[in-house]
Amino acid sequence: MSQNEIKDLEKIFEEKIARDERIEPKDWMPEKYRKTHIRQISQHAHSEIVGMLPEGNWITRAPSLRRKVALLAKVQDEAGHGLYLYSACETLGISREELYEQLHTGKAKYSSIFNYPTLTWADIGAIGWLVDGAAIINQVPLCNTSFGPYARAMVRVCKEESFHQRQGYEIMLTLCNGTEEQKEMAQDALNRWWWPSLMMFGPTDEESTHTEQSMKWKLKRKTNDELRQQFIDQTVPQADILGLTIPDEDLKFNNDTGHYEFGEINWDEFWQVVKGHGMCNKERISARKNAWDNGEWVRDAAVAYAEKNSEKEIQQAI
Amino acid sequence: MKKNWPLWEVFVRSKNGLEHRHFGSLHAADADMALKNARDVYTRRSEGVSIWVVESKNIKASNPEHNGEMFEPAADKAYRHPTFYDLPDDVEHM
Repeated sequence: MSQNEIKDLEKIFEEKIARDERIEPKDWMPEKYRKTHIRQISQHAHSEIVGMLPEGNWITRAPSLRRKVALLAKVQDEAGHGLYLYSACETLGISREELYEQLHTGKAKYSSIFNYPTLTWADIGAIGWLVDGAAIINQVPLCNTSFGPYARAMVRVCKEESFHQRQGYEIMLTLCNGTEEQKEMAQDALNRWWWPSLMMFGPTDEESTHTEQSMKWKLKRKTNDELRQQFIDQTVPQADILGLTIPDEDLKFNNDTGHYEFGEINWDEFWQVVKGHGMCNKERISARKNAWDNGEWVRDAAVAYAEKNSEKEIQQAI
Repeated sequence: MKKNWPLWEVFVRSKNGLEHRHFGSLHAADADMALKNARDVYTRRSEGVSIWVVESKNIKASNPEHNGEMFEPAADKAYRHPTFYDLPDDVEHM
């Protein structure tokens, strides 16, 4: 294809997106669109899969059967979300094995929030309330993103995510209505998860390199800072209901803007964790790698069994 | 050995009376496993009463680059639609 022909195709493509038409896997798309989507969707899928690890840590120690079935169902949902997203990503012409490879070698990223440890049961409450709460705010606009398979996967994910946040908040509420010690545990979890949750929206708009292009492709509808503000505005009153204190001395409501003002985020910490120096980065990746490597013989056995059965069927047919 | 599990497309009937609809895809070693995985991945909240799985390589898809010759011929055949035919207003039930 000549340069001019590609330019024409790009123009038609951009107009399609501007008209809110969806792009489907077999449609022509600029290479940069394909690459950006592989990067973002796979990063999203990896986050769901790695996100199972900090919570899985507490399944066997859940305080009641009610809490245990809920947590099991939530972690199973995360696996499901990862699978929807891997499937969507594969329609762009990358294989599942390549995607895993990128995660295991560190070439692909996942959400840094999962590199923090879950030290107490209250962390499971805080994750559901804050981490899933932030994820919902990030994800809802993606239900209308331009790439069809991604948008469809996100519709399913968002439908399921709301139970995650509610079960987390209920855990916090129960702890806050419990003994002094239990309430302290809830406060301690909020103290540790608050700032990392704010970082989930990514760098400030000034620092964010992908925002402009992503807005054009409807991979983003609002900027990082707008989404972060939305999260703070809706979460602070929820903390008030729990009777917990947000660990930010500078936090105050501005009557003129109708928004909360908040303190400086520690971006050095954010970049440290992104670069692999968080508390659990190594542990998370090695858990994923071990699961994949140690499961190889099972995957092979399943293939051998399938092949043997299909040979039998052929012989019976003859 | 290192053989990768093939890709399967999953179709789910939400309730009797409705058609099976494409829900997504997944990897599985064989059709039975694909059905079981589809149950766990796509119907955790009673989304279906029946599942079909078909190996993705068995689907022949039309090429969007040929959409012109494929689908445009229908565009100028207005006579296939009831509104093409002019009838007086007082004709009822038609």
